[in-house]
Amino acid sequence: MTAATTTAKSGVRSMEGAPLLELDDVKMHFRTKGDGLLARGTKWVQAVDGVSLTVQSGETLGLVGESGCGKSTTARLITRLLEPTAGKIKYQGVDIAHMSERQLRPYRREIQLIFQDPYSSLNPRHTVGTIVGTALRTHGMVPKSGELKRVQELLEVVGLNPEHYNRYPHEFSGGQRQRIGIARALAARPKIIVADEPVSALDVSIQAQVMNLLENLRSELGIAFVFIAHDLGVVRHFCDRVAVMYLGRVVEEAPRDALYEKPQHPYTQALLSAVPDIAVVRGVPPKQRIRLVGDVPSPVDPPSGCRFRTRCWKAQDICATNDPVLEEKAPDQTVACHFAEPPVESIVAEVV
Amino acid sequence: MTDQTVRAPQTVTRTPRTRSEGEEAYLEVNDLHVQFPTADGRVQAVQGLSYSLPLRRTLAIVGESGSGKSVSSMAILGLHDRKSTWISGSIKVGGKEVVGMSEKDLMSYRGADAAMIFQDPQSSLHPFFTIGDQIMESYRAHHNVSKRAAKARAVDMLGRVGIPNPSRRVEQYPHEFSGGMRQRAMIAMALVNDPKLLIADEPTTALDVTVQAQILDLIADLQRDFGSAVVFITHDLGVVAEIADDILVMYGGSAVEHGPVEKILGTPLHPYTWGLLESIPAVSGTPGALHPIPGSPPSLLAMPSGCAFHPRCEYRDRVGGDLCATLKPELIPRTADLGRTSRCHLKEPDKVFETEVLTRLP
Repeated sequence: MTAATTTAKSGVRSMEGAPLLELDDVKMHFRTKGDGLLARGTKWVQAVDGVSLTVQSGETLGLVGESGCGKSTTARLITRLLEPTAGKIKYQGVDIAHMSERQLRPYRREIQLIFQDPYSSLNPRHTVGTIVGTALRTHGMVPKSGELKRVQELLEVVGLNPEHYNRYPHEFSGGQRQRIGIARALAARPKIIVADEPVSALDVSIQAQVMNLLENLRSELGIAFVFIAHDLGVVRHFCDRVAVMYLGRVVEEAPRDALYEKPQHPYTQALLSAVPDIAVVRGVPPKQRIRLVGDVPSPVDPPSGCRFRTRCWKAQDICATNDPVLEEKAPDQTVACHFAEPPVESIVAEVV
Repeated sequence: MTDQTVRAPQTVTRTPRTRSEGEEAYLEVNDLHVQFPTADGRVQAVQGLSYSLPLRRTLAIVGESGSGKSVSSMAILGLHDRKSTWISGSIKVGGKEVVGMSEKDLMSYRGADAAMIFQDPQSSLHPFFTIGDQIMESYRAHHNVSKRAAKARAVDMLGRVGIPNPSRRVEQYPHEFSGGMRQRAMIAMALVNDPKLLIADEPTTALDVTVQAQILDLIADLQRDFGSAVVFITHDLGVVAEIADDILVMYGGSAVEHGPVEKILGTPLHPYTWGLLESIPAVSGTPGALHPIPGSPPSLLAMPSGCAFHPRCEYRDRVGGDLCATLKPELIPRTADLGRTSRCHLKEPDKVFETEVLTRLP
C-alpha cells in the first residue's frame, strides 16, 4: 500500500483523496457446465464484463438496464457477496476485490444492501427486534443494554411504530417490510447503501412513501447510494448520476438531466422512448417510440465488437470489428458508441 | 454492402385512438359481488361492481393489490372455485350469462367467447409440452379439425404475434423462449379461437420496458384486426394512458372512478386517483417531491365504514359532518360532464383538482 493510507479505528483503511467507491474494469464470469465429459464444452456467462464506475461520498448513482444486463450482479460485487473474476473494487482507494471474509468484516459494516423482495429477505422466524438487533450485534454497534433502545430508534427513523419490535415479518405489509429491511441496513451506520430494486415490488402509493423515506435518509444522513432499478421514472427521481448497462457493460453514464434530456447512446434513446408517458393525456403530444427488434443476445456468447449492434439501427461494419470504449462526448457524459449523438428531437415527451 | 448514411431508427408514432361511440355492450357486468369465506371471516373482494364494454374498445382497470381488479376479471371467465367462492350479480358476455353457468357450458365458453392473458408467461405455460401442442390443444377444444390443420393454425398464429420462424418455433418448449416470446405465445394461444373478449391481467408487468412496448403494440394491432373488446388490468398509469379508451379505478373492491381515459387522467375527480398521480415519478417534466397517499390499503376482512378510502383521504375534513365515515358515496356523475362517474362526497372536486392537485403534478 502507498504511504497515504490510513487505518480507522474500525479497521477500515482508506487512501486520502480517493473516491468512496470505485469499480475498475470489473469482470464476473460464471461457469456453466457443458454437455461433454471432463468439462468439455464449459461455457462462461459473462454477466459483468468490464464495468468501471465511481461513486463519490454522499452521491447517488442509478444503474438501469433490462433483465440480464448485469446490474444485480454488479450490486453483489460491490457488496462483495461475489468475488470478481477480474478487476478492482476500491473502497476509499483500497481494493477489496479479493479480501478474505475476515479482512472484509469492517468493510461489510460500511457497505450495506437493501433487497428487492421484502418477503424473502427477512427471516420469518425472527422478530423485527431480532432482525435489526442482529445487525447491531454483528458489527458491535451498541452495548447489549442499549440494543433495544437503538432498535426502537431505528424503527422510528424508518417510520414504523417502535412498539412493534416484538412482531414478526408476516404481521407487516409489503411496504412496512421494506422499511424493516432499510432499518436493518441503517443499523450499521453505513457510508454507502446498495439498493437493488428497493421499490419495484411495492404498490404505487406505497412505493412513493418508501422513495420519500430513502430521499430523507439520504439528505439527513448523507449516505451514498447505488440505486438499481428498471423503472426509469424512479431512477430519475432519486439519482444524481445514471449509468445505463447493456449485456454486462456500461454503455452510457451521465448526470441525470443530461441522460434524460440528451441521451447519446442508441440503446439509452430506445430505452427512454419505450417508457409509456402519462403526460400524453394532459395534452402533451405523443413521442416517437423507437422500436427495438429482437431480444437481448445471450451473455454466454455476446456479439463481437459493440454488444448492442445486433439490435441497433445505426450499426455498420465498424461496430462488428471495433469494440467502442466509453468516451467523454459531452461534459461529464461518457458514451460507448461509434455513432453517439444527441437525439434530433427530445426523447421524452416535450411539454408545450 | 453497408450504406454509409446512418439509418434512422424504426419508430412508431402513437396516434390518438378513434372512438366508436354508442355501440352495444359486448361485456356487461352488473352489481358483481365476489366473496371468499375464510376462517377469519368473509373476504369481500368485489362489492357491487358494474360496467360495460363494447367491441373494439379497451377498458383499463387500475388499482393496487387487493383492490379486486384481478378477482373481478377472473369471475368473467368463471375461473373461481365455486365451492369456496360466493358470487352474486350478473356478468353477460355477448348475451350469455356467466354467473351460475354450468362447468360444461363454461368449457365451451372459455376460449371461444372470452380468453385471458396472464401476467407470468413462465408459470402459465406447461413446461412439458411444446408451444405448438398447447396452442393446438386449445384450438381443437373448440374446433373439430385434424392435428395437421390445428398445427397449421398454430404456426399461423405464432406468425401473427410476431414470432420469427414460426414453423420451427412451434416444436419448441417454453424454456426455449425468452420472456417476451413466451408472452407472445400466450397471446397466440388466447387468440387462437377468435374470442371477442380478451382479458389481459398485467400482461407486461414482468417484462422489460422495450419488450413491454412491443407487446402493447401487438395487443393494439391484434385488437384492430380481430375487432375484440379488451379488458386490460394494470397498475401502471403510463401504460393506461397509452392503450386504453376507458379507465375504471378500483379501491377496496369497488369502482371509485370510471370514464374515458383523457378525462379521468386529465382531470380526475376522486382523491384516490389524485393520490395515484401524485405518487408516480415521471420521466418528463420537472422532478418534484412525491406526494404519496398516507397509510396502506384496507384489509378486505374489515372494510372501513362509509367510503372505503376515508381513513387515507386528506380531503375528508372538507365534507360536512362525518359523512365519509358513515355513508358510502354512490358512483355517479359529479360534474356537468355526463360521460364519467366518481364515488366521492367532496364538493366541486374539479375545482379542488385544478387549484390544488394540478399545481403539485410535474
